[in-house]
Amino acid sequence: MQTAPDIRAAQSAPLLDVQGMSISFATAGGRLEATRNITFAVAPGERIGVVGESGCGKTITGLSLLRLLPEDVAHISGRLDFMGVDLATCSEAALRDIRGKRIGMIFQEPMSALDPVFTVGDQIAEGLLAHGRMSRAEARERALEALRSVGIAAPEKRFHAYPHQLSGGMRQRVMIAGAMICNPQLLIADEPTTALDVTVQAQILELLRDLSDRAHMALLFITHDLGVVAETCTRMLTMYAGEIVEDAGVDAALEHPLHPYTSGLLRALPRLSERRSALPSIPGRVPVLGQMPEGCRFRQRCPFAIDGCERPQPLQDAGAGRRVRCWRFRDLDLPGVAA
Amino acid sequence: MTDARTPTLSVRELRVEFPATERGATVKAVDGVSFDILKGETFGLIGESGSGKTTIGRAVVHLVEPTAGTILHDGVDPATLSSRDFRAARRAWQIVFQDPNAALNPRSTILTSVMEPLAILGVGSAAERRLAAMRALARVGLPEEIGARYPHQLSGGQKQRVVIARTLTLKPELIVCDEVVAALDMSIRGDVLNLFAELQRELGLTYLFITHDLSVVSHISDRIAVAYLGRLVELGPADAVTERAIHPYTRALLSAEPAPLPSHMRTGKRILLEGEIPSPIDPPSGCHFRTRCGHAVDLCAQRAPDWREIVQGHWAACHFAEQFSGEEKAADEKAGATLMGG
Repeated sequence: MQTAPDIRAAQSAPLLDVQGMSISFATAGGRLEATRNITFAVAPGERIGVVGESGCGKTITGLSLLRLLPEDVAHISGRLDFMGVDLATCSEAALRDIRGKRIGMIFQEPMSALDPVFTVGDQIAEGLLAHGRMSRAEARERALEALRSVGIAAPEKRFHAYPHQLSGGMRQRVMIAGAMICNPQLLIADEPTTALDVTVQAQILELLRDLSDRAHMALLFITHDLGVVAETCTRMLTMYAGEIVEDAGVDAALEHPLHPYTSGLLRALPRLSERRSALPSIPGRVPVLGQMPEGCRFRQRCPFAIDGCERPQPLQDAGAGRRVRCWRFRDLDLPGVAA
Repeated sequence: MTDARTPTLSVRELRVEFPATERGATVKAVDGVSFDILKGETFGLIGESGSGKTTIGRAVVHLVEPTAGTILHDGVDPATLSSRDFRAARRAWQIVFQDPNAALNPRSTILTSVMEPLAILGVGSAAERRLAAMRALARVGLPEEIGARYPHQLSGGQKQRVVIARTLTLKPELIVCDEVVAALDMSIRGDVLNLFAELQRELGLTYLFITHDLSVVSHISDRIAVAYLGRLVELGPADAVTERAIHPYTRALLSAEPAPLPSHMRTGKRILLEGEIPSPIDPPSGCHFRTRCGHAVDLCAQRAPDWREIVQGHWAACHFAEQFSGEEKAADEKAGATLMGG
């Protein structure tokens, strides 16, 4: 188990430094802002979980980092500094050098990310051939090694298999092998275990932790599952309605959340130890794009909302390397999981 | 079972086989499963993909036909009923699925969808059906004006409530809940689980609650059964199964559940299973779990373990169940406290 990272030290030399990223979409009814003023940094080797309900902007944030949104409708503003390159404004050529090579990405459903008409070996080697100058034989060797490193038995045999011949867990391993083959410094993982069985999920989480430790690879882990974050990450960003509302070390966030939304998510979790009691829930739903309330976007669902919450809420420093978007955080003593 | 009540549902030696795409092969989706569900009980059925849990649920409400075995509802085998009596009896057992989007017609208003089962059965007049549907919507906590809306105007949680309301119009006794909260956001999962609990208290409903999610099943269930590759491996009171699991598979499953706890509160003892669930076309000989079990010996390949009661009300199918159960008890006594699940 890793100890809590020193977040301030991490911020002095970040791998990825996102400053004020807003993403908006052109629609028939005008521009809709999907995320607003997203600011965070990822240190080398750091594992960050991004949590929140559906519609909070987690996936959009991940996709924007690699400019994978359709550029004719999606507009990214702000700075996305990755090792000195601004991912928001750099040329396609510069981006191609980063995508897949320095920043890898894996998704929830490996079946739709893998091409059904190519063997898995060819698809893994493709990344190498696209980025590095090497022979096919060399690429094949490296692909076999990658398959082996993600725990695929008999990689020589699997190399020639088509995606449909593999199980879900095996496909996700292939995806990870493909994402890892160029030794990226950052892996963006968007719900990579959500479609998997729990015993297979445990294997994949172990694998991701292990690969991140061994290669000192940073991980941006997008998930709705707070258990997965607790077991995999050291820091947690809570997103709500397109904004970061809390940024804290995982243990701190779980035990003493500072934002009512984080606390609400934690309390809504059924626990093995508490049987058949009524589960607390968060009333209402995430506001839809274009209908964001003024000030705190959570206030309509927040049990602690008072006069003043309609004022703009900055993401403020809460000490100990934490940030929170709630002006009342000092007055509230919010329950976490242990409560 | 020690309870004297007549089981609402009694499943004996249930087998369900499907033809596989490979020539002549069969998928043994359910391979000899027996259990009883008592009136008013929530019976949790947990398993991973390929465990047969969904097929068991469908067989219980007669959406798939058993290859062998019996399913008795209040002591009656519906297979022996005339088609007319069968239709009447079937109202009493209903099923709710994971995805409410697939269960609601996008072109029908909510009220029309909720009234539809009664219309099909020809119950009451149109006005009475409308009233029954409106009552059911109110019963699941939805405002009246929702009846005039279409599914796309509702949130996932609201749609699942609509599906539950539609089921309630039939006044069911047993509801099979197949992954009913899996597609919902965690913030509203609790709401829907609370609703199920509330309906049970007020209407005396019986649930077969099928899920892959341990925290959900342990939260809502009175008893839990664990399925693996078409068979039950363990069955017992919810707290016994989550805190004193006997079967090595149940233990691995419990330890694989990611715990949303700070590092100092996690027990850390993880049993990492190797590989994945084998194909139900060609399951391993003997104990189905032996290929992934850390305790497997020759005997496990030669003979399937008997399904037997190890501690009162706590059943398991493992050659070493008595030994594992004893170890757990000894460990408990040594620790001087009950172990926390998770």
